[in-house]
Amino acid sequence: MAILKTGARLKSTVCDGEVMVVAAPEDDLEITCGGSPMADPAAAEKSGEVHADHAVGITIGKRYVNEAGDLELLCVKAGAGGLAVSGDLLLQKDTKKLPKTD
Amino acid sequence: MNIMMLLEMTSATFPDRVAFVDGEDGTQVTYQELFERAGRHAAQLKAGEFARVGMLDVSSIATPTGLFSAAWAGLPYVPINYRLTQPEIEALLARITPACLVTENGRDNEFADVAGVSAITRDTFLKTGTDTSTVAASEWSMDPEDTAVLLFTSGTTGAPKAAVLRQKHLVSYILGSVEFACADDAEAALVCVPPYHIAGIAAILSSVYSGRRVVQLANFSAEKWIELARSEKITTAFVVPTMLSRIVETLEGETHANMPHLGSLSYGGGKMPLAVIERAMQLFPDTDFTNAYGLTETSSTICVLGPDDHRAAAASSDEKIRRRLVSAGQGLPGLEIEIRDDDGNVLGPNERGEIYVRGEQVSGEYEGRGSVTDAEGWFPTRDAGSIDEDGYLFLEGRADDVIVRGGENMSPGEIEDVLLEHEAVRDAAVVGIPSEQWGEAVAAAVVLKPGKSAGADELRTWVKTNMRSSRVPETLEFCAELPYNETGKLLRRVVKEQLSAS
Repeated sequence: MAILKTGARLKSTVCDGEVMVVAAPEDDLEITCGGSPMADPAAAEKSGEVHADHAVGITIGKRYVNEAGDLELLCVKAGAGGLAVSGDLLLQKDTKKLPKTD
Repeated sequence: MNIMMLLEMTSATFPDRVAFVDGEDGTQVTYQELFERAGRHAAQLKAGEFARVGMLDVSSIATPTGLFSAAWAGLPYVPINYRLTQPEIEALLARITPACLVTENGRDNEFADVAGVSAITRDTFLKTGTDTSTVAASEWSMDPEDTAVLLFTSGTTGAPKAAVLRQKHLVSYILGSVEFACADDAEAALVCVPPYHIAGIAAILSSVYSGRRVVQLANFSAEKWIELARSEKITTAFVVPTMLSRIVETLEGETHANMPHLGSLSYGGGKMPLAVIERAMQLFPDTDFTNAYGLTETSSTICVLGPDDHRAAAASSDEKIRRRLVSAGQGLPGLEIEIRDDDGNVLGPNERGEIYVRGEQVSGEYEGRGSVTDAEGWFPTRDAGSIDEDGYLFLEGRADDVIVRGGENMSPGEIEDVLLEHEAVRDAAVVGIPSEQWGEAVAAAVVLKPGKSAGADELRTWVKTNMRSSRVPETLEFCAELPYNETGKLLRRVVKEQLSAS
């Protein structure tokens, strides 16, 4: 558990998934992917398997939010595991399509 | 956060897709190649002990390569206007040393004796990136506070300011406005804005994150733009108003632009004359038009008038809806926009004042001067404007351009709009000039359409009939062209000097 820093990158320890923190509350939070805690990419070592209850997968470029809406993660590498915080699965956020501006 | 992460994601998703094509010589680079080259350049930049990476060149493959490799190396990227004089360029370079400077081919020698500057040509730079024996730099920093880009503002008064855009500003802008990998194989953007302009930076980042192929047009001409749009089957493009005006003029006589692939055309960077956008919509009936308003200090676009707004306004007989065609549209999601008076009070709908903006993409910071945002994070744009009941923003020029005639404040923009509605007027600029009687007097410079004529008195009567008499220009002169800078900004200061002298 640790305070999440906006802009920080987290890596799954059970699949290829990686995320970047877009927004996070100032709480001690444990983010899991595939049911296992995510870690700093430099320190993350693969061990174990994706848990069957956390196997929805994450898609590159999609954003994932908690129910309160104060935690938002951007998937930067796809993986087989699903994201959760304190055991609650995160939901994929719908993004509104904007006209091309540049 | 780091803009390199955006390129990494696209490179992993569309490795073999062409990322950038140089419209001059046809050289191109795929997303994976661009990613790999950025890593090699970053390794060399880190070894060079530079503090900044300067770019003094027109758009080429080296432009995105320089931007991303600087981000990978953790160094600010500083594109410089290649049209400046040698002393002006050297004065800017002195502010970014020790620097690696990539120059136009054949121009590196001009900077051989400048202290703290290590100049190499574009060709030499590009060659080192393709050397596969170079090992890529280690992972880039994800610190959101790292400076990604330093952009020198045009500096109409005093020395140019260096606007600081941090990784968090640019990444927030892209995440908030572009859907990842939304472009299909056929999509291609035509980029003709200068690389040292915020629109040039935004064009690179938006296209990369959407996975779009970019065709670069280094030196704009309407003929070349039209030719490339057709031959490269361009699907999306951004132009400044003066460019669209030239394109429309060049297509004059044709009933249809004949660019069937061009799905969207966005514009910004200055005020778009109503006549030009109306004519463009006739020539490109199947194209989606978008007006984007933004500033360097806000990481580009903050307000958008989308295609549906354009069509609704053009088709409406309600004057309130119709005038939205010349509005900047509504704020992007996640941004807040307010209009305030000189005392800082927030104004209501349709009241004129200064535009303030707040949001994650807003920097408002200048090197050596810190941030000019207030305690609540609001950035004063120095642009004047008003917002209607439905949240549409109308720009009224720079706050400093407001004419104060006998205590009455008037916006040059509204007088220009009326002049432009006259059938003989092609372009118009209105400024305040010193007047003993009024403090400031209204003065206008007018460009007539080819083959049309109108006298000064006729135009004065036209303004008087459509507005109050205090708006009638006391001085009205005709000229062949108005002075614009290369990004389509009217050089009001020059108009003012000319009209004041006469």
